[in-house]
Amino acid sequence: MSVLETKNLGIAFGGLQALEDVHFSINEGEIIGLIGPNGAGKTTVFNLLTDVYMPTQGVIELDGNNIVGKKTYQITQNGIARTFQNIRLFKDATVIDNVKIAMNSQMKYSVLAGMFRLPSYRREEKAVSKRAHELLEVFNLDGYAHDSAKNLPYGKQRKLEIARALATNPKVLLLDEPAAGMNPTETMELMETIMLIRDKFHVAILLIEHDMNFVMGICEHIVVLDYGRIIAEGTAEEVRSDPKVIAAYLGGE
Amino acid sequence: MDFFSQIINGLGIGSIYALVALGYSMVYGIVQLINFAHGDIIMVGAYVVFVIIVMMGLPLWLAVLGSIIFCGIAGVLIERIAYHRLLVRDAPRISLLITAIGVSIFLQNLFQLLFGSDAKSMPRMFSFSPLQLGGLQITSSTVLNILVSVIMMAGLQLMVSKMKIGKAMRATSEDAGAAKLMGINTNTTIAFTFGIGSALASAGAVLYCNTYPQIKPIMGGLLGLKAFVAAVLGGIGSIPGAMLGGYLLGVAESLTNAYISSNLTDAVVFGILIIVLLVKPAGLLGKNTREKV
Amino acid sequence: MLGISRKKKISYVVNLAIVILLYLVFTMLIRQGIVNSYYSDIMNMMCINIIMAVSLNLVTGLLGQLVLGHAGFMLVGAYTAGLFTIHSGLPLPVAFPIALVLGGLVAAIFGVIIGVPALRLKGDYLAIITLGFGEIIRVIANNLTITNGAKGLYGIDSLNSRHNLTAMFTYIFFIAVLTIFISFTFGTSRHGRAVISIREDEIAAEASGINTTYYKLLAFILAAFFAGVAGGLYAHQIGLIDPSKFDFNRSVEILVMVVLGGMGSITGSIISAGVLTILPEALRGFASYRMLLYSIVLICVMLFRPTGLLGRSEFSLMKTVDKIRGAVKGKKQDPASNKEG
Repeated sequence: MSVLETKNLGIAFGGLQALEDVHFSINEGEIIGLIGPNGAGKTTVFNLLTDVYMPTQGVIELDGNNIVGKKTYQITQNGIARTFQNIRLFKDATVIDNVKIAMNSQMKYSVLAGMFRLPSYRREEKAVSKRAHELLEVFNLDGYAHDSAKNLPYGKQRKLEIARALATNPKVLLLDEPAAGMNPTETMELMETIMLIRDKFHVAILLIEHDMNFVMGICEHIVVLDYGRIIAEGTAEEVRSDPKVIAAYLGGE
Repeated sequence: MDFFSQIINGLGIGSIYALVALGYSMVYGIVQLINFAHGDIIMVGAYVVFVIIVMMGLPLWLAVLGSIIFCGIAGVLIERIAYHRLLVRDAPRISLLITAIGVSIFLQNLFQLLFGSDAKSMPRMFSFSPLQLGGLQITSSTVLNILVSVIMMAGLQLMVSKMKIGKAMRATSEDAGAAKLMGINTNTTIAFTFGIGSALASAGAVLYCNTYPQIKPIMGGLLGLKAFVAAVLGGIGSIPGAMLGGYLLGVAESLTNAYISSNLTDAVVFGILIIVLLVKPAGLLGKNTREKV
Repeated sequence: MLGISRKKKISYVVNLAIVILLYLVFTMLIRQGIVNSYYSDIMNMMCINIIMAVSLNLVTGLLGQLVLGHAGFMLVGAYTAGLFTIHSGLPLPVAFPIALVLGGLVAAIFGVIIGVPALRLKGDYLAIITLGFGEIIRVIANNLTITNGAKGLYGIDSLNSRHNLTAMFTYIFFIAVLTIFISFTFGTSRHGRAVISIREDEIAAEASGINTTYYKLLAFILAAFFAGVAGGLYAHQIGLIDPSKFDFNRSVEILVMVVLGGMGSITGSIISAGVLTILPEALRGFASYRMLLYSIVLICVMLFRPTGLLGRSEFSLMKTVDKIRGAVKGKKQDPASNKEG
């Protein structure tokens, strides 16, 4: 059964139809790659899924419920978490606070309990602190827990952003160009991390990436976008040999 | 008929707001700073006129010219001394704002020390017979205010759209980094913008002195605040916007004075601002920008 | 882990001891007449300004939004509290605390009324809209009969009497301490972290499941509440309030305290609120040059320390002691060894 499914999804900016009739679904534990030439509308798909933009047509079903019209934070709380193409960390906050912020909606203590350090504050903060450290350990970031996020090296910032997204307990994880700017060793390491996340956290992963080795290497299923429409989908093998995909990337015809 | 003459009066006062608002708007457009000291430049301009005409007894044209040049230079100097270091280092914008507030306090107190805190009266500067339009009588100062403000705005618009320095200003306000890479001297452009803005404010000062023949060291505070409201109302960064905001504010003020109560004028002015911002967050003629994700 | 929480406990105890000691020393000095009413009034004003600065810091420092109408909330609290003690008919010692809470609550309600529309805007536009609301509140207070218009509200009794010179000080001092304590604990609770995340990156905060509208409003209301309480204290401290005491310049004065101390730093706000209350009094001899000097200092601090005196860090006695100790030890031992501790 699919966790996330879009039907007939589309958006028009003024007269420009940026996305049209986008239809795909993703199952628990599946890794899907979203590829396409620059400007094809990949990030726009993410922005529609997380209500940064409101779709002008179509539905998005998370566990069978339509989430179109819900606010971004509600969608996150319902189980879709994302990272950004240009890393967006809470730069001046510590590494561990970045993760704890994402765990906010899993804590229940009241404003007064926080102000006056009531038992519910102590109990929940202790639990969250433990979980945050565990999560950081998965990404080998625990040693940096009390550093400012802005002081992390680039590759680790990307990892922290993934850790932060995972901290919201998502069912679906959206990764926007996770390997951008990484060298081959870092990319290899990242591939392993993503596989590990899938196995450990049982999430479905939808990722945008330009590095074809990366996409072909870990995605079970690939969706190809061009000019706002899906032009092909299937396994790495199927997509690779599809003439429409080749034409989209090489131009011509 | 009374209603129309109130509107004309409002346009007259609005013209002064508009001229001052232009300075706020241009400076904000280029460095995103609410230049709180801009209102006090009006005061400086007014005192220069006072010194030249009353204390030195020199002719009027010299006073106008002197005031505009003095304020232009003062504007550039303030930018160089108080803001430049922060602008270059990309300091937090709020530090810049506090510095501007500091400059404002400095100017007010400096002039209080130099001239005393009491009001000085100004002689009549320009007077010709009131204009008769149907049954309406329009005072000479109102005619002058509207005329000067329209001419100034047209000139400024021409400069910004046609002249080289105007293009540099637009480029710098669009993207200072890219402008620099294209070979534009952004430092000079920014200083020039402060200079032009201050010169316009001093033109406003001359008109102000002609309309209300009294000056005080703290006169720039409220006047500046209202001109700033005018700039935001019209859409900050837009020249026609600043003018529109200025006129609207003047008319609103004049009508409130006449038909509601002069005690509530400021509340009405700010009320209009709030409503406009809530409906059109970038002001009447401003452009809405959205952060790219 | 255990070491950290024990250190925290020690730090709590030390701070508490300092607070009590400070209080005891000052009350004794006042009772003995060593500190006369002029100086104790300055002390009280200092604490009120500290409450104002620390509360504004919740919005400007923690949430990262510029507010230019904080004095408006102070006005609301001052008039509410003042009117209550004048008209309630209750004996002052009973009416006073109720008036303070009431002042805070009414200011908080104004915080909701203003915050809901205003917080849709950001940055400078938010600043301008709060400026507008602040001015409107002042103009309205200037024109109502119940507030006695521009003449102001007078006959608000002070809690101090000939037998009890320290009653006002006690209230003001401990409310200031409570405000500081709460803004510390709020800042390090899940709610405070959520507010900080909005300052850092609103889009990422929303994508991390933070209801940004709610947390913005929360910070705003909290700040308004404390400003209202400060207003109530101020009304009873001064005895006569009129709208001009809460104008735009007042808002700016408080903002300057926050920025000068270092935005987001509570201790920074405390220090600069203290200094900026005392300094003008100390410079009374140079009356006419006083404000000129103030503005030059302001400009220079901003030019050479744009992030304020303390930046975003907090001054902590324990850490300072640790540092000094570390420095002394470090000279004797391997200097690299105490880098981790």
